[in-house]
Amino acid sequence: MPGLCRDCFEQVPPARRCPSCGSPRLLHHPELFDLTIAHMDCDAFYASVEKRDNPELADKPVIIGGGRRGVVSTACYVARIRGVRSAMPMFQALKLCPDAVIIKPRMEVYAEASRKIRAMMDALTPVVQPLSLDEAFMDLSGTQRLHGAPPAVMLARLVRRMKDELGLTGSIGLSHNKFLAKVASDLDKPRGFSVIGRAETADFLRDKPVRLIWGIGPSAQAALETAGIRSFADLLRWEQEALVARFGSMGARLWHLARGEDARRVDAREPVKSISNETTFSSDTADPDLLDGHLWRMAEKVSDRAKAKGLAGRVVTLKLKRADHRILTRRLSLRDATQMADTVYRTARALFDQVGAQGPYRLLGCGLSDLVPAAQADISGDLLDPGAIRRAGAERATDEIRRRFGSDAILKGRALR
Amino acid sequence: MKISIERGALLKAVSQAQSVVERRNTIPILANVLIEAEGDQVQFRATDLDIEVLDKAPAQVERAGSTTVAATTLHEIVRKLPDGALVTLNADSAAGRLTVEAGRSNFSLATLPKEDFPVMASSEYETNFTANAAVLRRLFDKSKFAISTEETRYYLNGVYMHVADGENGKALRCVATDGHRLARIDAELPEGAADMAGVIVPRKTVGELRKLLDDDEMDIAVSVSETKVRFATPDITLTSKVIDGTFPDYTRVIPQANTRRMEVDASEFAHAVDRVATVSSERSRAVKLQLEEDRLILSVNAPDSGAAEEELAVAYGDERLEIGFNAKYLLEIASQVDRENAVFLFNSSGDPTLMREGNDQSAVYVVMPMRV
Repeated sequence: MPGLCRDCFEQVPPARRCPSCGSPRLLHHPELFDLTIAHMDCDAFYASVEKRDNPELADKPVIIGGGRRGVVSTACYVARIRGVRSAMPMFQALKLCPDAVIIKPRMEVYAEASRKIRAMMDALTPVVQPLSLDEAFMDLSGTQRLHGAPPAVMLARLVRRMKDELGLTGSIGLSHNKFLAKVASDLDKPRGFSVIGRAETADFLRDKPVRLIWGIGPSAQAALETAGIRSFADLLRWEQEALVARFGSMGARLWHLARGEDARRVDAREPVKSISNETTFSSDTADPDLLDGHLWRMAEKVSDRAKAKGLAGRVVTLKLKRADHRILTRRLSLRDATQMADTVYRTARALFDQVGAQGPYRLLGCGLSDLVPAAQADISGDLLDPGAIRRAGAERATDEIRRRFGSDAILKGRALR
Repeated sequence: MKISIERGALLKAVSQAQSVVERRNTIPILANVLIEAEGDQVQFRATDLDIEVLDKAPAQVERAGSTTVAATTLHEIVRKLPDGALVTLNADSAAGRLTVEAGRSNFSLATLPKEDFPVMASSEYETNFTANAAVLRRLFDKSKFAISTEETRYYLNGVYMHVADGENGKALRCVATDGHRLARIDAELPEGAADMAGVIVPRKTVGELRKLLDDDEMDIAVSVSETKVRFATPDITLTSKVIDGTFPDYTRVIPQANTRRMEVDASEFAHAVDRVATVSSERSRAVKLQLEEDRLILSVNAPDSGAAEEELAVAYGDERLEIGFNAKYLLEIASQVDRENAVFLFNSSGDPTLMREGNDQSAVYVVMPMRV
């Protein structure tokens, strides 16, 4: 049976320890050197970055998340042992783990680490599809001759490089399609390497719950449960037509996934569909001035990101979450795509005024979608708003000042509210 | 209620009513038309709560009375009946049905009580005047293309009808704009209109009004208050709420000092714009105008799909100018010109451009350029 030592990358026969380096981290699988679709998922990424940058945190439970009201965005493995999970409300996490060190996310640092990992993956294959800062699909088909080693070996080297050069660990899932690769990467975390081969796919899935499928959240789960579907075995009993009739396009996908089939390609050029930003307040507020300040800052963040990506959007969205957690969203299509903070803010502000006083709110966000290249943005002025051209000029100048002297060099008054 | 009415007269009255009725609405009675018969005429009334249309037609009234019935269904039935048929409408209030009979066709429609039908409160109109249908048609037809659809600037969702200082003294003026283009159309001020309050006539009302204006000889009675406007012919009365908002001061938008004058055959110009714009698949197709002495080059450059260029002979004597516009806007304003050449007045490539027909100041269009 093909085998691999995850520490010295030698191909090894079945054994307890590697004959060359003595490592126990051996991997054996009949299809090990034939599979090419991989999913790499960093282990507790944000927390690992923080622990790397501050060794004192190494043995402490670390939670990354925002403020008293926020939710856990990442918990390190120490905190996870105590029951802390991502997306858990912070107060609940603190109940479980009162001694946790809470760290506000430093997105720029994580983005930087993510870029370096991305570069390492790019060296393996041109077909890398990032899902977020800390996970990505890779299709290594046809790369064996290039690297002189099968994909499994290159993936083992990748995580080793991440550990050596960046001090970060990741888990690998290797299989014959995206669905199974993603499932596999989660099987043996942290520092895992799991393989799901074609031959074992059906056996592997049979007793697994359907929530294993990425995208099946609580509501879809409830709908499936009503139909008597809990496990993959339940799914297998359904005809494709019956699933489609009951669940629409999701039904067709479920039918294939039940059989371990997933025809989606790893797409390196998955385009950005929208740019948005939101913030949860430290306490609920209905104060229009305060909300206006938040709105401006959100608009500015969205605009900054659009400008950085060379994109502009035609649709501006405003999102508000009321104190009772009901979400209100409003959207407006612009005649002209924009990337200007001023336009995003003014449009979102008009939407905000339309919503009226339904506060207090706990969250406010705004976003741009229906994206086009920046060259098509802000190409015509407004007859009724001759000041817009002047304001756009001021914004471009502000951007330039910030680029040279830092992002705090110049601010709008309303940003301070 | 029992009446007999000629199919043609019925169809005309009902089609006016059913077009006011909102297709999707949650209040059942609003889908209905109110039919009232008395003396030797029948009237049909429909409303969407913002607009009310009342249409009278001669009929043989056997039994006076009234009822309400689904406007679209009644319209569909009448439309499908043979031309020249005599239609009998018979309301049986006990059964809650209206029977429609014509020849051997027989229909029975559900009715709703007429008491539930919302009749628009009558109001005092401070201004009453009469205007010729052709005059009103010109005012609204030439301005309505510029009406905005943007909901946040709801006060632009209509035509601003008001009294203004025109070329030859006071004028009845219609203005519409969406911030990208503007149309300002003047007509001679009708007698009695001088004190009219300016009102914003909603887009839907403009569309409904248009159906009253086909007959050049027809005189339309116009009544205006601060909240409502009414247009009436002897048969049809269209009453509408006006948009409750302030129309922006458009006068400062209209360029006064544009000196670079280009004169071009409007239809040749429109065709050329249309041709070059074909290569662009972008939603806002930008056309570049390059002007030099007596020569205009229209071009489109769409990196993804292609490029196009066309040259036109024009009258132009100023310095070279390059300016870009949304092709659709250029086409729309060029198509307003029907008698003389189109005259464009430019300033710079970033400033609004003015267009009019020859030297006629009674119809002026402004369009904002775009970066190309």
